[in-house]
Amino acid sequence: MASFKPTKIQVYPKLGEKVTQDTLYWKNYKAPVQIKEFGAVTSIDFSPVTPHNFAVTAFTRIHIYGPFSQEPVKSFTRFKDTAYCGRFRSDGQLLVAGCEDSVVRLFDVSGKVALRLFKGHTKAVHLTDFTSDRYQILTGSDDYTCRLWDIPNATELTTYTEHTDYIRCGVTSKLNRDLFITGSYDHTVKLFDARVEKSVITMDHGQPVESVLLYPSEGLLVSAGGRHVKVWDLLKGGQPLVSLKNHHKTVTSLALSSNGQRLLSASLDRHVKVYNTTNYKVVHNFDYAASILSLGLAPDDASIVVGMTNSILSIKHRKNQEDSKEIAGQQRRRPSYRVFVKGKNYVPKQDDYLVSKPVKEHLAKYDKQLQRFNVSKALDTALGTYIRFRKPEITVAVIKELDRRGTLKNALAGRDERGLSQLLNFIIGNLVDARFTPVLVTAAEMILDIYQSVIGQSPVVDRQLLRLQDLVKREIEFQKDLLEVLGMLDTMFASSLPRKEVPCSGIATLDWV
Amino acid sequence: MVEHGDIRVVHCGGSKINFRDPVITHDSRFLLCASGEAVKVFSTSTEECIHELRGHTGLVTGVLLRPSNHLQVYSSSLDGTLRLWDFTDGILIKTCVIGYPIYSFYASDKHENVIFIVASMPSDKRRFQLVAVHLPQSGDQMVEAQELSAVLSGVNPNPAAIAFGRGGEFIASVNDLQWSLEGGWNTFTCVACHPKDDCIATGHEDGKIRLWRNFNHKKEYTYSTLHWHHSTVSSLCFTPEGTNLLSGGVESVLVQWRYNQESERDFLPRLGGAITHITVSPDGSLFCTSHSDNKITIIQSCVKVSAVIQGLVKGDIRTDLMMDPRSKALVLNGKPGHLQFYSLQRDKLLYNLDIVQQEYIHESGLQQFEVVKAAFDASGSWLATVEERHQKAAELELNLKLWAFDEQTQSFVLNTTISAPHDAQITAMCFCQPTDSQTTLLVSTSKDGHFKAWQLAAPAHTEDEGPSWLCDFVSAYHGLVPECCSFSADGSLLAVVFQEVVTVWSPSTWELLTTLSQPPGAVSDLCFGRLSCSKYLLGTTASNLLCWNLLTCSLEWTTSMDVRRLVADPLSENMAAFCYQSGSTDLFVFKPSEPRPLFSHKAVCSGKVTQAVFAPREEMLESCEESSQWLNRSQLYFLTQQMDLMTFTTKAEEDRLLASSKQVSSSHWFSMTPFYLLLGKHRQQQQEHQDSDSSLWAERTALPQTSASMKELLQTPAHVLPSTSYLCSMFVQSLLISVSDARSEKAHAEEEMESEKEEEDSEEEMESSRSKPELAAAAATESDTPALTKAQARELRRVRKLDHSWLAGLLDS
Repeated sequence: MASFKPTKIQVYPKLGEKVTQDTLYWKNYKAPVQIKEFGAVTSIDFSPVTPHNFAVTAFTRIHIYGPFSQEPVKSFTRFKDTAYCGRFRSDGQLLVAGCEDSVVRLFDVSGKVALRLFKGHTKAVHLTDFTSDRYQILTGSDDYTCRLWDIPNATELTTYTEHTDYIRCGVTSKLNRDLFITGSYDHTVKLFDARVEKSVITMDHGQPVESVLLYPSEGLLVSAGGRHVKVWDLLKGGQPLVSLKNHHKTVTSLALSSNGQRLLSASLDRHVKVYNTTNYKVVHNFDYAASILSLGLAPDDASIVVGMTNSILSIKHRKNQEDSKEIAGQQRRRPSYRVFVKGKNYVPKQDDYLVSKPVKEHLAKYDKQLQRFNVSKALDTALGTYIRFRKPEITVAVIKELDRRGTLKNALAGRDERGLSQLLNFIIGNLVDARFTPVLVTAAEMILDIYQSVIGQSPVVDRQLLRLQDLVKREIEFQKDLLEVLGMLDTMFASSLPRKEVPCSGIATLDWV
Repeated sequence: MVEHGDIRVVHCGGSKINFRDPVITHDSRFLLCASGEAVKVFSTSTEECIHELRGHTGLVTGVLLRPSNHLQVYSSSLDGTLRLWDFTDGILIKTCVIGYPIYSFYASDKHENVIFIVASMPSDKRRFQLVAVHLPQSGDQMVEAQELSAVLSGVNPNPAAIAFGRGGEFIASVNDLQWSLEGGWNTFTCVACHPKDDCIATGHEDGKIRLWRNFNHKKEYTYSTLHWHHSTVSSLCFTPEGTNLLSGGVESVLVQWRYNQESERDFLPRLGGAITHITVSPDGSLFCTSHSDNKITIIQSCVKVSAVIQGLVKGDIRTDLMMDPRSKALVLNGKPGHLQFYSLQRDKLLYNLDIVQQEYIHESGLQQFEVVKAAFDASGSWLATVEERHQKAAELELNLKLWAFDEQTQSFVLNTTISAPHDAQITAMCFCQPTDSQTTLLVSTSKDGHFKAWQLAAPAHTEDEGPSWLCDFVSAYHGLVPECCSFSADGSLLAVVFQEVVTVWSPSTWELLTTLSQPPGAVSDLCFGRLSCSKYLLGTTASNLLCWNLLTCSLEWTTSMDVRRLVADPLSENMAAFCYQSGSTDLFVFKPSEPRPLFSHKAVCSGKVTQAVFAPREEMLESCEESSQWLNRSQLYFLTQQMDLMTFTTKAEEDRLLASSKQVSSSHWFSMTPFYLLLGKHRQQQQEHQDSDSSLWAERTALPQTSASMKELLQTPAHVLPSTSYLCSMFVQSLLISVSDARSEKAHAEEEMESEKEEEDSEEEMESSRSKPELAAAAATESDTPALTKAQARELRRVRKLDHSWLAGLLDS
């Protein structure tokens, strides 16, 4: 006697986003903390030393936040106009920031008043940074110049006037104290060497450059401007490597994940995209509420901080390993572990008499009804509220099974107004789903055949039948359109295929019979 | 047949075991059932076939225990004989020649030495009569029954249509006659008699069972109706005590009705195929049901299925014949929705693989999923199956399933299900052949005009557990329907047939390399050459066998014949072509590179052959004859139109098989009693002695007698035996006779030699060459007194010698 084989529930591929290792990684962040700033957040910079505070530049202030605080641990408010580009020195002690009033200010992180003021630019300074020897400051300004300053004397060392438009971004080399890179609205990215007093490499980005980023190895440079993100090979003299165009508005900010495997780009189109740095494919995407101006990634990817035009700072912290484990553990826990495992590891002794108990197999409710050939009840069970809405594939599988058994007509017949309208509701809801259409069309035809004689007796059912008719009409129109498109595509493909001629030659004939 | 005398076409295994109802022996240890031309004895506990009772030359139509001796069994056959067997040893005891084909037969306790047979009427072959046969009482092995008396005429030849009641007091017979009652027409299908009461149960086509009583008094019978079955009741059976009635039908549910309390029923559902016969063991402990899918189920007291004896299912074979590369089993579809793995060497069904995995509904006229195509990859680690269900006025449902071989469970595990892989029926499917390649590739062609390549792909998402199969490539050729496809032996080329055109593709780049065609006629079968002939591509059309050379892309040769099936031997260059000609099928075995076929066999069977396969042998044959060399490495199996599985054997192979089977039968299935250890060994020695010494042929006929006495000794319970000393002397004496016989013979021979030495040399030579056949002839004619024969023979010889010399003298003068 073979056991009853349960109804096979078709497993359909999940629609929508595919789950990859990357999505799992980048989804493993808590709900964002949102902080309202005084104006658009233009710059976010993480301190290189623990506890990795970060400086947020917004309007006329720079706030320094601790890794978990929602209130700023420190504020610098002595700006006369909009502040730009607050950056930490590599020891985390000093902070430099430019300003709309063309003065560059240097702060001690623990102090309040500016230690030095660097005056010399004639227009707003959007770029400030420390060189890797910690004694000099790089600045770039809207007066088309970039300058190097000596910190102890607060004097200007060199001025470079090669750019022909605003300088809005730049970065200093972490390995060499003389190298720095600037990006400008004149579409170029220039690599300067302080020893030769002019640019060494010039790269044409093609759009006003909004952000530049150096890889930790400093062999590759990433520049963002317009809708493009471009990667350049510095060791080959600034040869373009890849051009990415995944945003549909200007890319404003770039960041690199801590292991250098993923590149993040933020844009005014409210998206942050994550690229794989080996093949430069987008592996993940974040959505935000407003256009993004600045993006910061904490060391070890512990948090993602995003500043937006609507002056909101969004901080996402990474979930702890223990937290995620705890949740998984809760899911796995069964009613009672001890009860469950009791006697499982008991080894029978040699002269024990073994009584084998037949394993009772679990069958779903509809399968139990099917086993007893109660077809109507099986369909009723499968049309239960939970299954009908949450797992329509089960209902469809039962209908299919009944059809296979040749008893679908019996199961559908003999229903009252309520039962019939429930059934019709289900069919209307799922008929156009391509996965269910073949089964449900059969069922719908049978319903029409069975209840043909009573049409017009119930207004509820009549309304639903009209809806069904309407639905089918619309679906047929869609299919027609799709077929037309398919025909067009076929013609295009067919015309693009080359033709071949095949040779043919003489033959020998054998006779075996 | 004539030109190659040593290669024969033989039936190969898998005969029906559900043809007639099986018999369970009194001790419930053995089950006997008619199977083709033999009776098979199965063990009820281990499901193994213990031995086959062979001897009939026609289909065996019935098996019945001998009422007077429960260790013997009668079997009847269409060859017109009844045979009596000892089933524990597998020995033929007696043959009774009736002279008419026997369709079924019955025996009862009350009628000693009378067998009732159903035979066709002499006047009209389509009508049958029940005839009582009085078995002649004589010790001879072969007897002819003379006393025949007709009992009933116009009976149904179906054995279920006649039953004997109350130990043979009355006979109940049902007929095809339709019987009108309650406004409906009812046809009787089977009948059973209560063993104690006057009650007859009949089964009907409308699913009702009727119990008839009071039929002794004319016209006053009464009946009651039992109804559970929804279609034909095909078998009915009372338990030996008469307490229960068992019934079964198409539903595959065994129903047990309490006698006199018919409202109480027990069910045993889902037994497999439709039930065709039900039998109960004489002590009532075991039930046994035969099923339409060539299966016998043994059930312990209506609760538990204890054993299943499954034969080869040969209903509607839609898949091609295939070999499982791992188990070397023949694979074909059998039970609905299953693939069966059948071991050809052991003639045993290994297992059924459930492909469809759906509850089978036993109802006639219902469209079910059927396995229509299957393919193995070269290493046997992947199996692809196609199942389809075609319902009227609905879309075709099609599933392509891919099964991975699991080392742990040693069976195939479902890996991927692709629902609706094509829009229409799949016409062919094949795996890429090479074993060493990293990626496995499957190509399927369909009537929707496309062929698709499927490839094992690494999991794209982290949620998936393992690799699964994905569609890699889809292509079509001018909207034509692809009929078949084939990979070359190294997997570098794929050939797909689109009606008249053979397209050759490169699987690595999916580029169309070339097209070959030879109109007129669509190419129906395609095969790449192997090994040294790998440059050839063979195709068949309705009228021609074509061979293309792939290096020149031109037709190499062609021969006009209607080839229905072309198979390539995986181990050699050989190919077999079955071609259909005027009602029968001819076989040609050839190498594509050679112009003449290696072997040809006219009229292999009648009808068309569309399924065939080469099965590699376990051990190579060393035949040096040119015509049979192609059978050395592999064996060719094919299915005829009548769904018989046939194969080709050589004479040498048959001899070897025969020898091995003899060995098995002599040393098998004796219970190891002290008596056996003592006597069995002796008997074996004796047999070996006989086999080795052909001059002692005369002793063979004396053997059954001694073995019978031995059996008597072995089978009689120990407590009723006389004292051992008495028996011993008797035994030794009986054994001594033969030994002394042999010794005296030898002595005689020595004397003879001595006497003959005195004669002239020339005559002595003549004598020695003649003496042996004479001896044998003498022994054959007068077998019961061998010693006397010897003496007589010598006497005769002497007389003749004298005669001869006298004649010589006369001639001289």
